[in-house]
Amino acid sequence: MNLFRRLSNSFDHGVFPHHHKEQTEQLAIQRLPFGKRFVIPLGQHVGAPAKPIVQAGDAVKRGQMIAEPGGFVSVALHSPVTGRVTGVDPERYADGTFQEAIVIEADQYDAQQMEVHPIDWESLSIEAFISEVQKAGIVGLGGAAFPCHVKYAIPDGNKIRHLLINGAECEPYLTNDHRQMVEQTEALLYGAEIVRQKLGAEEIVIGVEKNKPDAIKALQDAIKPGQPVRVMPLEVKYPQGAEKMLIKSVFGVEVPAGKLPRDVEVAVNNVGTIIAIAEYFQTGKPLIERVVTVSGPGVSYPANLIVPLGTSIREVLDYAGGLTDETRQVVLGGPMMGDSIADLDAPMLKGSAGVLALTENETGRPPEYNCIRCGRCVEACPYFLNPARFARLAKARMFEEMAETYKVMDCVECGCCTYSCPSGIPIVQHIRTAKDHLRSMKGKVQ
Amino acid sequence: MTQKDPKLLIQPGPQLRQQMTTPVVMRDVWYALTPATLAGIWFFGLGAFLVLLACIAGAVLVEWYFAPEEKRGYFLGDGTAILTGWLLGLTLPPALPLWMAFLGGVVAVGIGKTIWGGMGANIFNPALVGRAFLLATFPIAMTTWTAPGDFFTIPSSLFALPLMTGVVDTVTQASPLGMMKFEHVDTPFIDLLFGNTSGSLGETSGLLLILGGLYLWWRRDLDWRIPVGILGTAIIFSLILFMVDADKYPGPIFTVFSGGMLLGAIFMATDPVTSPLTQKGTWIFAIGIGLLVVLIRVFGGFPEGMMYAILLMNAATPLIDMYTQPRVFGRELDQK
Repeated sequence: MNLFRRLSNSFDHGVFPHHHKEQTEQLAIQRLPFGKRFVIPLGQHVGAPAKPIVQAGDAVKRGQMIAEPGGFVSVALHSPVTGRVTGVDPERYADGTFQEAIVIEADQYDAQQMEVHPIDWESLSIEAFISEVQKAGIVGLGGAAFPCHVKYAIPDGNKIRHLLINGAECEPYLTNDHRQMVEQTEALLYGAEIVRQKLGAEEIVIGVEKNKPDAIKALQDAIKPGQPVRVMPLEVKYPQGAEKMLIKSVFGVEVPAGKLPRDVEVAVNNVGTIIAIAEYFQTGKPLIERVVTVSGPGVSYPANLIVPLGTSIREVLDYAGGLTDETRQVVLGGPMMGDSIADLDAPMLKGSAGVLALTENETGRPPEYNCIRCGRCVEACPYFLNPARFARLAKARMFEEMAETYKVMDCVECGCCTYSCPSGIPIVQHIRTAKDHLRSMKGKVQ
Repeated sequence: MTQKDPKLLIQPGPQLRQQMTTPVVMRDVWYALTPATLAGIWFFGLGAFLVLLACIAGAVLVEWYFAPEEKRGYFLGDGTAILTGWLLGLTLPPALPLWMAFLGGVVAVGIGKTIWGGMGANIFNPALVGRAFLLATFPIAMTTWTAPGDFFTIPSSLFALPLMTGVVDTVTQASPLGMMKFEHVDTPFIDLLFGNTSGSLGETSGLLLILGGLYLWWRRDLDWRIPVGILGTAIIFSLILFMVDADKYPGPIFTVFSGGMLLGAIFMATDPVTSPLTQKGTWIFAIGIGLLVVLIRVFGGFPEGMMYAILLMNAATPLIDMYTQPRVFGRELDQK
C-alpha cells in the first residue's frame, strides 16, 4: 500500500470531489476595472492587525503604504488605488462582523499608473529580505493569509533544503493558481529563484495536480537546463494542497505533529505568493491586487480576474455578469474550506482566492441521520484522526477526551469527514465547537 | 445598478457534499439482496415470500410504533427497518409459521435496535438478534428445513396458530450442513452454487449472493475487507482441517457455499453499525468471525455457526475499536 502511494505521488486517505474547474481553466486572466470605493480591513491576515498611518482626508497614491505591520507576525497594507482616505472606521467584514478598515475613495480620472522601482534583491541580507517581504504586505495567497516573511525567518539550527511551490490547487472550482502558472510562468520561476537563493535552499520543487497538464507543460518548457527546479505532477485528490499533505506527497515524509515544515527542511509557498514576491522585486509593486476565480453555477460569466484588494464582492460578481436567480449561497474562497458570505458589500481580502456562487444543487442538505459507523470519515481523514468518534464525543460535550485521547487539536478542518459522511453529520462543525471550547478552557486555567 | 440580492444562505463548510446518503446506502442493499431473494422464492415457493413479508411487517411495525409521532416519516424513510426484517427473513426456514416470523421481526427491531437508542446505537446486528431469539424460543420449527418444492404450494405450517404445534406437511430434508455434520453426506457443488438445496430461504444461492456483494462493492457501500477476511480465514482454516482428515472435515468450497456463510459474510457482518470503524479493527473482526464460524461448525453442537460468530464479534467491536485507533499523522513517527 505504501509503495503504491509512493508511486502515485500522494498522501494517504483524502477525498475525490468533482473538481468543477472546466468553467474557468481555459479563461485568460482579465483585469477588473477599478471601482470607486475601497475598503481595506486592518486584520485581514493571520496575526496582529496592521496599524494605520493615514487618516481621513489624506491623499494616497496607488501602492503607497497606508498601514504598517502591527508586530512581527503581521504585514503592511497598501492603497490599491490613487485617491483619498475617507476614514478609518468599522466596516462590514465578509463573515458579517464589523472590523476596523481604511476606506479609500478612488480619484475618478486618475490613470492609476505606477512607477516601476525594481529592488536589488541580490545584495539584500536575509534580515533585510524578510523585512522587505513584510513591508510588501505579502501573505500566503492560497487562502490562509499567513504572513509570508515569518516562514523565511529560520531559527538557528534549522536549514531549508527544499523550496516547495504549492501549485496543487486542490479546492474545486478554483483556477487562479492554474492560470498564473500558465500565464506568469517566468515570474513564478523568477520569484522562486529569489526565495531559493535567500533561504539557501538546494532545489525548487513545484507540485501540481495532474488535472492541470498545460500548467505542468508550461513550467517544464520554461525551466532552463541546469536550473535546480523540478515539477512534480501529483494525484488529483483533496486536500493535496494542504501544506503537510503536499510535503508527504512530494518528499514522502510526515511533518511531526505540532512542528512546522522547516523542521523537515522544507519551506512551502503558494504559486500566487511567489509571483507576488517576484512582482515586488521586479517592479516595486506591493500586494495590492490578487488573482481571483469567480465561478460556480450561479455566476453568469465565470472568469479569472485580477482584483484590486478592497473591491467589494458585489463589484466582482457584477463584472462576471451578476448572480443568476438560482443562486442560494456565495462563498469566499474554495468550496471545501471557504466561508459563506453574509453581505455582498464586504471587501475582497488578501486571502480571497475565489468568489463562488452555488445553487440548490450544491448547497442543499439532506436531513441529518444518526451515525451508522460506516467509517467513511475515518477512511477520508488525511490526518488519520477518528472523526466519527469526535462527533459522538462532541455531542456528549466530552471535549477533554477529544483532545487527550483522540488529538482533536491536530485537525486542520479540511472538511473531508463532513464531505464523505452519508448521514449528513456536520462533523467539522462539532470539531470546531470542541476546539473553541478547549481554547477558552485553556485561557481560563492560565 | 441596484439589483435585488438573492436570499443568501449562511452555512458552515465544507460546502460540497458527496451524493451518497444513508437512505441511498440502504436502498443499494435492497437492490443487492433482490436477486438472491427472488431465487429463494423461486426455489421454495410463495410460502417463502409470505415468511419474508411477515418479518418485514413485524420490523416496520415496531419501528413505526416507537418512533416519535412527528418523526415517523424520517425514521421509516431511512429504510433500515425494512432491511432488518428482510435480512431476518432470509435467515429463516421457508416453512416457518408466519406468526413466529412476525414475532422475529418485532424482536429484531425492538430488542435488537430500538431499546439501544435507535439506528447507529445498537451493539448487535438486529436481524441476527431476531434470529437468535427465534432459535432459542422455537428450536424445532427453526431447524425444520424443507426441500425446494413446487412454486405455488404454500405449506400449511405457515398458518399454524400462535403457540400451537404446527404440522409440517412438506418434504423435510436436512440442510447441507446438517447432512455433513451428522451424516457426512456431501451436497453437490452445483446445487450449492445455484441454491437448489434445503436451507434458509435466502442463503442457498451462493452465486447470486456474491453478485449482490459485488454490486455493493462497486457502489462502495461495502467494506470489502469484511467478506474477504471472513471467507479467506474460513477457507484457510477449513483447508487445514480438510488436509488433516478429509473424511471427517468438509472442504473449503463446501464451507464457503453452505449455510449462511455468504449471506452472513456479505450482508450481515458488513453492517457498519456493528462492525469496527477502523481498518485494522475491521480485519481483526473479519478474521475473528472466520475462525469462530469454522470452530462452531466443526467442533460445536450446531451444524451452523455464522450467527453466533457474528454476534460474538459484534460484542467485541467496541473493544476492538478502542485498541485499533489509527496512528495520527505526524505522531509516533519513530514507531512507524
